[in-house]
Amino acid sequence: MSSNRANAWRFAIPAIVLGVLAAFFLRGLMLDPAYYESPLVCQAAPEFSLPDLADASRRVGTADFAGRTVLLNVWNSWCAPCREEHPFLLELAASGVPIYGINWDDERDKALAWLHTAGNPFVASAVDEVGEVAVAYGVYGYPETFLIDGDGTILVKHFGPLTPEDWSGKMLPAMEAECAVD
Amino acid sequence: MRGRLTRWFPVLTLLAVSGALAQVDSIEGFEDPELNARYRDLIHTIRCMQCQNQSIAESPSVIAAGLRREVRSMMAEGRTNGEIRDYLASRYGDFINFLPPWRPSTWLLWIAPALLMLGGGLVFARVLRARMRQPMEDLE
Repeated sequence: MSSNRANAWRFAIPAIVLGVLAAFFLRGLMLDPAYYESPLVCQAAPEFSLPDLADASRRVGTADFAGRTVLLNVWNSWCAPCREEHPFLLELAASGVPIYGINWDDERDKALAWLHTAGNPFVASAVDEVGEVAVAYGVYGYPETFLIDGDGTILVKHFGPLTPEDWSGKMLPAMEAECAVD
Repeated sequence: MRGRLTRWFPVLTLLAVSGALAQVDSIEGFEDPELNARYRDLIHTIRCMQCQNQSIAESPSVIAAGLRREVRSMMAEGRTNGEIRDYLASRYGDFINFLPPWRPSTWLLWIAPALLMLGGGLVFARVLRARMRQPMEDLE
């Protein structure tokens, strides 16, 4: 009897350990490794003021959109997913959504040429030469899009191309919901 | 042919990895050797969020360069390693630090290796004791 029980445990313990490990690994497989929860959501958008892409003698920054709900889009002229979302950004801009750009890791001429050929969805784009604003906003790739409300609070940080589904499924509900500030 | 390949293999291997080593060595730093050493240590423990399993010291990506620049400028302002880590974690999340913080959600992560060692040790001790109880001739 007791040896039977010992035998049962001999199989049960490795089986339980295997099961727990499998559960962890399975969950790990289903997570998107390129996606992280941002600690900036529901926090104040870091203030910045950078040279304007269209006119380097002017500045673009958080002061320009204070009081309005805007999209802040990190982009450059050569990144493929940025080009992918470009038509939708144009569509949003045409429907009256103010979009500000942060042009990062790009060359001014190429950035301007791209906007000239593809259309310009941005009210203005700020040139982040050394990536200081990108780091302040926790950016780790392009494109990234922030939804910032009139109080200057970040409601959504979106990684990757912005799709109509992201807009209606993530951005619009976030504007209605109360930001859970902790 | 095969012999020649074997002879050159170590050299080819060294050539293949030298690019990665050069990357680390060509990184900007501080004139002051002490500050520079601290800088090197620090950037080896901060994750390149884009490349994930590389530190910002090893990664040639633009975001890693941006993060290194931020680390340098904060060090130049006299901030401590802890303050720099906290700042980066406040922007990117804890994942950016190779050393996760000690808090309830990370307790399991920190103590798991000790638990596994303990469990393994217990199993090992049990097996050993059972074997020691067996007469010598059973083992042959």
